[in-house]
Amino acid sequence: MKMSRTMTMTVKRTFAFALAALMMLLMLAGCSGQAAQSGDASANTIKIGILGPHTGEYAAYGLGVRNGAELYFNKVNENGGINGKRIELVIYDNKGDDTESVTAFTRMVDNGITALIGDVLTGNTLAVVGEANAVNMPMITPSATAAAVTVKEDGTVYSNVFRTCFIDPFQGEKMAGFANDILGAKTAALLCQTGNDYAQGLAEAFKQKCAQLGIQIVAEEGYAKGDVDFKSQLTNIAAKAPDVVFCPNYYEDDGMIVTQARQVGVSSTFLGGDGWSSVTKYASKEALEGSFYCSSYAPGSTDAVKKFEEEYVAGYGKDTLNMFAATAYDAAMLMCAALEKAETGGSAPASEEYKQAVIDAIKSEGATICGITSEAGYTFDDSNNPIKDAVIMKVTSGEEVFDRMY
Amino acid sequence: MDNRANNKANKKRFELPVWAAYIINLGLFIAFISLFGVLLSSGALPGFITKVAMLIGIQVILAVSLNVSTGYLGQLPLGHAGFMAVGAYASAIFMTHTSIPAGIAFPIGIVIAAAVAGLFGVLIGIPALRLKGDYLAIITLGFGEIIRVVLLNIDSVLGFKLTNGAAGLQNIPKTTTFVNAWLMVGLTCFLIHTFIKSRHGRAVLSIRENEIAAEACGINITYYKTLAFSMSAAFAGAAGALYAGYLGILNPSSFGFMKSIEILVMVVLGGMGSMVGSIAAAIALTAAPELLRAFDNYRMIAYSLLLIATMIFKPSGLMGRYDFSMKRIIENAINGDIFRRIRKSRAFDKAEGEGEA
Repeated sequence: MKMSRTMTMTVKRTFAFALAALMMLLMLAGCSGQAAQSGDASANTIKIGILGPHTGEYAAYGLGVRNGAELYFNKVNENGGINGKRIELVIYDNKGDDTESVTAFTRMVDNGITALIGDVLTGNTLAVVGEANAVNMPMITPSATAAAVTVKEDGTVYSNVFRTCFIDPFQGEKMAGFANDILGAKTAALLCQTGNDYAQGLAEAFKQKCAQLGIQIVAEEGYAKGDVDFKSQLTNIAAKAPDVVFCPNYYEDDGMIVTQARQVGVSSTFLGGDGWSSVTKYASKEALEGSFYCSSYAPGSTDAVKKFEEEYVAGYGKDTLNMFAATAYDAAMLMCAALEKAETGGSAPASEEYKQAVIDAIKSEGATICGITSEAGYTFDDSNNPIKDAVIMKVTSGEEVFDRMY
Repeated sequence: MDNRANNKANKKRFELPVWAAYIINLGLFIAFISLFGVLLSSGALPGFITKVAMLIGIQVILAVSLNVSTGYLGQLPLGHAGFMAVGAYASAIFMTHTSIPAGIAFPIGIVIAAAVAGLFGVLIGIPALRLKGDYLAIITLGFGEIIRVVLLNIDSVLGFKLTNGAAGLQNIPKTTTFVNAWLMVGLTCFLIHTFIKSRHGRAVLSIRENEIAAEACGINITYYKTLAFSMSAAFAGAAGALYAGYLGILNPSSFGFMKSIEILVMVVLGGMGSMVGSIAAAIALTAAPELLRAFDNYRMIAYSLLLIATMIFKPSGLMGRYDFSMKRIIENAINGDIFRRIRKSRAFDKAEGEGEA
C-alpha cells in the first residue's frame, strides 16, 4: 500500500518534471522559429500580413477573408508577382481576441510586412488600428464596419486605414432611401438589439434618414442579447401597422422575429442590413416572403462574381464562401494595384517611403479597380470609406436573390 | 507539522535577517527590470516580445490578486474580470478626460482604478461573502456579469457619454510600458506578500483552514473576508488600468465570464495559495498561445491538453501551496544543506520573497 503510494508519487513527480521540460522545449521552439522567420527576409519578396479569427466563434468570417485574399494573391504570384517580386503571405490567427490581435500584428511588423489585409472583427480592428497608425502601415480591412475604424473621435482620419466593406450608418441610410424611393413607405417601425453596436449604428442612421425623407417612425422597440421571445414588442408594432419594419440584427434573431411577427399579425415588409445574410435558414419562406436586405455582395450576379465563386469553391470549398471572402478578394486586388504603383517609386518593400507610397496609391488607384463587389471601382471619401452601391437582396420563396443595385 | 526539527539539531544555523532578505529581493527585482528594460528598449529582442511581456505582467497581477481570495482566503469567486473592467474603465475615463501629462496621470489613473475596484469589492463582498462554496461562485459570477452589462448599457439608459456602450472606449492614451507594468507587478507581489505575512494575513489564512475555529478564536470573519476580497479586487482594478493603457481601446465584451475563468485557470494551475505558482502559470499560459503559433492549428489543443494533464497528474496545481523563498535558499546555501533533502515548508510563515526574483 505504502509502496504503491510512493510509486504513484514518483510517477507524478516524473510527469510534472516532464511537463515542465516540455514547456521549456516549446518555449525554445517558439524562439528559434521566430529567429528563423525574421532571418529569411529577401529583397525579392513583398510580405503582406493577413490577420483575422481563424479559430473560435467568428472563424467563418476570418477564414472567408483569409481564403478570399489568398486566392487573389496566389493568382498574382502565378502571373509573375508584382514587378517580378513574389508576394509572401504572413497569416496569423487572432482567435477574435483584442490582445492577440495586437501581439500578432506586432509580430507581423517584426517579420517585415509591407501591408496588412485585416483585421476582421470591428473590435479587433480598432485595437490594431492604433498600432498600425503608429508605424504608418497600409491596411485594408474587408469587414470592419464601424465608422471609428478610420476616423478618431476628434474627427482626424487614420490616413493608413482603408476598407472595402461599407460602414454601418451607410446601410441604414440606404435602406431608408430604398423604403422611400422604391417601396413608397410612409411609416416605419424599428426593432433592434440594444447594446449591440452594429444594430444600433444601422438603426440610428435609418432614423435620421427617415426624418429627412419624411417617413414617420411609429414605433421603436428593443430587445436584449439572447432574447427569444419578441411578441410583446411585435404586438406594439402590429398595433401601429407600419409600412415597413427595419430590423437590423443578425440573422438568427431576425429569423425568429419575422416568424413571431407573422404570428401576432404584423403584415409589414421587413427590411434588414447585411446581418440578414443566411436568414432563410431561420424562418419559413412564407414568413420571409418579400423581405429586403442590403449587402455588399450579390452571389452569382455577374460573370466576374461567378468566376470568383468557382475558383473559391475549387480551392477552399463553399463553407466559408461569404460576403467577406468577396470583399477580401477585392481588398487583395486593391492592394496589388497599389503595390504595382508603389514599385515604380523604386524604394525597398517595407521601408517608410514604400509604405507611404502604397497608402497614396490605394487612394489614387482605387477608382480604377473593377472589384467583384464594386464594379464602379473603389473611390474613397475623405474618411477613407469606399463610395459604392449597395446590393439589395430580396427573399422570395425561401431563396435570397439579387434584386437590384441601389 | 513542526518542520524546525533540523534547526534544533544544528543550533548555530545561520538565519538571514528579514531586512537583508528584502534588500536582496529588491536588488534582484531591480536587476531583472533593468536587464529586460534595456534588452527590450535597445531592440535586441523583437517588438512583439515587448507586447507579450507587458501582457504577461498584467496577467500576473490578475492571477496573484485572485490568489488572495482563492488561495489564501479559500473562497471561489468567479467575477474577477468584473473588477478588472471597473478598474480599466475608471482609469480610461480619467485618462481621456484629464489634462495632466500622461506620465503623471497614469499612476494617478492606476490608483483611481484600484480604489474604485476596491470599493466595488467591498460593496459586492459584504453581501456575497455571507455565502460559501458554490453559492459564492454563482453570486460573484452574477455580479461580474452585472458589471459588464451595466458598462454596456449605462450610457443609453442614463443618457450620458461615459462608457460608450457596445462600441467601447477608443483612443485611450497608450501609457503602459514594460517598466511600469512590471513595477506594478513587483508592488502587487510585495504588498500581497507582506499582507499575508502580517497578523491580518494570518487571520485570513485561519479562515481558510477552518472558519468555525477561526471565529471561535475571536477573528472577525466578515471583516477579514471583505478585506481580502476587496484587496483582491483592488489589484484586479490596477491590472485593468494597465490593460486599458496597453490596448488603447476598451470593450465590455473583453470582460466576460470567460476572462474570469481564464484568470481562475491560472491560479488553479499554478497551485491555489502559491504566489510563485500563480506567477509561473500566468507567464506560461499567456506566452503559450504566442509561442505555439508555429504549430498554428494545433495550438488550442496543446493548450487544453496541458491543462487536462496537469489536473490529472497534479490536481493541487504545479506548485501546490509551495512558495518560493530567496531567504530560504540563501540560508540553506550558507548552512550547506541545499542539496540535502529538506522537507519543504507547507506553511506560509516561512514563505518569503517576491516570486519574480
